Amino acid sequence: MSHAGDSNFGANGEAFPHGTPLSRDTAIRGPARPAPYIGAGVLLAAAILLPLMPQLYSFDAPRLGGMPFFYWYQLAWVPVSAVLTGTAYWLVNKEDRRRRAEARAGGAPKVGGTSAGAGLGGDRP
Amino acid sequence: MNGREINWTALIIVVLLFVVVAVMGFLAAKWRRGSEVEGLHSLDEWGLGGRGFGTWITWFLLGGDLYTAYTFVAVPAAMWATGAVSGFFAVPYTIVLYPIIFIIMSRLWSVSHRHGYVTSADFVGGRYGSRWLSLAVAVTGIVATMPYIALQLVGIKAVLTVLGLGSSGNVLLTDLPLILAFVVLAAYTYTSGLRAPAMIAVVKDLLIYLAVIVAVIYLPIKFGGWDTIFNSAQAKLGTVSQATGKPAGAFIPGAANYSAYWSLALGSAMALFMYPHSVTAVLASKARNTIRRNAAILPLYSLMLGFLALLGFVAIQAGTKPIDLDGSVNPQLVVPQLFLDHFPAWFAGIALAAIAIGALVPAAIMSIAAANMFTRNIYRDFIRPDVDARTEAKVSKIVSLVVKVGALVFVIAMDQSAAINMQLLGGIWILQTFPAVVAGLYTRWFDRWALLAGWAVGIIFGTVSAYNVVNPVTKAHFGGSVAAIPGTDFSVYIAVSAFALNLVVAVVLTVVLRALKVRTGEDLTRPTDYAADETDPKVVQIEQTQHYTQPGGPSPVA
Repeated sequence: MSHAGDSNFGANGEAFPHGTPLSRDTAIRGPARPAPYIGAGVLLAAAILLPLMPQLYSFDAPRLGGMPFFYWYQLAWVPVSAVLTGTAYWLVNKEDRRRRAEARAGGAPKVGGTSAGAGLGGDRP
Repeated sequence: MNGREINWTALIIVVLLFVVVAVMGFLAAKWRRGSEVEGLHSLDEWGLGGRGFGTWITWFLLGGDLYTAYTFVAVPAAMWATGAVSGFFAVPYTIVLYPIIFIIMSRLWSVSHRHGYVTSADFVGGRYGSRWLSLAVAVTGIVATMPYIALQLVGIKAVLTVLGLGSSGNVLLTDLPLILAFVVLAAYTYTSGLRAPAMIAVVKDLLIYLAVIVAVIYLPIKFGGWDTIFNSAQAKLGTVSQATGKPAGAFIPGAANYSAYWSLALGSAMALFMYPHSVTAVLASKARNTIRRNAAILPLYSLMLGFLALLGFVAIQAGTKPIDLDGSVNPQLVVPQLFLDHFPAWFAGIALAAIAIGALVPAAIMSIAAANMFTRNIYRDFIRPDVDARTEAKVSKIVSLVVKVGALVFVIAMDQSAAINMQLLGGIWILQTFPAVVAGLYTRWFDRWALLAGWAVGIIFGTVSAYNVVNPVTKAHFGGSVAAIPGTDFSVYIAVSAFALNLVVAVVLTVVLRALKVRTGEDLTRPTDYAADETDPKVVQIEQTQHYTQPGGPSPVA
C-alpha cells in the first residue's frame, strides 16, 4: 500500500548483499535500559504539567521591570522548557545510540546486513 | 466613509518584499533536488520536499507553519480586547506543545519513513487496516484545514486595510490585491510544492523576528515602560462593560478562569500536531531525531509570540484605534495599526510585509497537506487503488489549487466571522482524531470501529456544545470555545471535554467489541517500524531483497 517513490531504489537494493537474512522483524535496537527513559519522562512531564497550573502563577506581584508575575513567569518558562526538552533529548539520544550499536554488534552473523543497512544513510543525498 | 490614505512608502516596501518571495517560491522548484529526479513527479518530492529537510530548515519551516499570520494578528487582538484568558494562553500552549511533540512525533516519523506514509491518515489506515477510519481522519483534516487557510487571508486583509488599500464601496476592487496575492501563491505552490514555503519561511521568520525585537525594545521606552503599559491595560480590562455587567476582560486570570486557561492551552497543544500541515512539516524532515532537536529549539518562536501578545497591551497604552473600512472597531487591525502609527513608514512596511508573507507560508503548506490527504486517503483508497506515484503528484497539485480557491471564496463571499467560527470548530474536530493517531503509535489495543464511534461522538458533542455558546452581546451562536462540562459549572475548552468523551466511548466499545470477537483489521506495521531511522531500510526495500533471496528467485547480482 505504500508508494515510496524512492529515487535510490536501485542503489539501495544493491546495498544488501545477496543472502542477507534482513527481514521486517530484524531488531534495529538492543534492549532498553529504563533509567534514561524515566529521567527524560520526568523532565518532559514537568515541562508539560507545571505551565498548565495557573494556581501556581496567577498573581500580580512580584513585578519584574513593571511586568506582573503572571506574565514574566510564563515567559521565563519558555527557556526553562527548552532546557528540559534539550536535556531529555540528550538522555534519550545517548541511550538510543547505545541500543543501535548493541543491535549492530549483537547479531554477529548478520553483521553484513546491518552494517550495509547503516551504510544506506551515507548514500542518501 | 473611507478615511484611510494609502501609505505609499509602506505599500512599496510590502510589494517589493512580496515580489522577492514570489521569485524565491518559483526558484525553489530547483532547490536541493537530486540530479536523477526529473521534475516533482511524486508526493515525496512535491508534497514533502524530498523528505530531506535538516534541523534548521525544519525549524524555519515549522516556525513558519505553526506561527501563522492569523496568530500574529489574532493573539494581540485578543489581548487588546479581552486580555489574558483568550490571548495569553497562547504562551503556555506553545510551551507545553514541544514536550508533547517530542514524545509522539518521532514515532510517527519512523513508521512513516518505513512505509512511505505521507499523511497521518495513511498511518491510521496501515495500522488498523481500516480505510474508513483513515477516511475519517482525512476528512477531518481537510475540513479543519480549509477555514485555517481562509484565516490566513484574513491576516493579509488586515495588512491591506491599514495600508489604505481597498474601499468599502467596490467589492471587487477591495479584494483585488488579495486575489492577486493568492493567484501568485497558488502558482508557485503548484510548481514547487513544499520547497517553496520552506524557502520563503526563512525570509518570513527573519523579518518577523526583526519586527518584534525592535518593537518590544522601542515601544515600551516610548510609552513610559512596561509598568505604565500594564497599568493602563489593567484599567481598561477592569472597566465594567455596560452590555454584560462584567469586566471587559481578564488582566490576571482569577480562580474561576483557571480551568479555561489550562484546558485551552492543553487542548490547543494536543490539537496542533493533528493538523495535516504540522504532520507534513514533520514528515518532510530528514531523520527521526530532527523533530526532537526542533522540540528543543522551536520555543524561541514561543518567546517571540509572548512578546507579540504583549504588543496588544502596548496598543492599549498607545491609544491605537483599529477602525475598519466601514468605520467599526476591528481588534485584528491593532498590531498592523500600531506599527504604522509609531514607526517610520519604511520599517512599518517591513513589519507589515512580515505579517503578509507570514500568511503565505502556512497557506501553502496547508493546501499541500490537505491535497496530499485527498490524494492518498480519498482518491487512492476509494477511487483509484492502483494509482501510480506520478498521477498522485498530479492529483495533489490540482487539489491544492482547488483548496486555495475554496478558501478565497470563503473569505470574499462569506462574512469574516464565518471563517472564525469554522476555525473554532476545526480546532475541536481535529482533536477528535488524536485517539486514533496517537494511541495507534503506541498500542493496537483499540478497536478500529470503537475509535470511529468515539470520533463521531466527539465531533457531534463538540459541534453542539460550540453552537450552544452564545455571545452575551451580539446573541450570536459559536460565541466562544469554552463551555461548562454538562451537569457541572466547571468550564473547559470544548475540544478537551469532547476528547474525553471520545476516549471513554472508544475504550468502552473496544472492550465490548473484543468480547463479541469482532474481527480486527490487519496491522501492516511491526514493532521495529516505530524506531526506524533514516539509515534503516524502508519496507519496499526489504521486500525487494527478500524477493531476490527467495529460493529460485532471480539473483540480485547479474
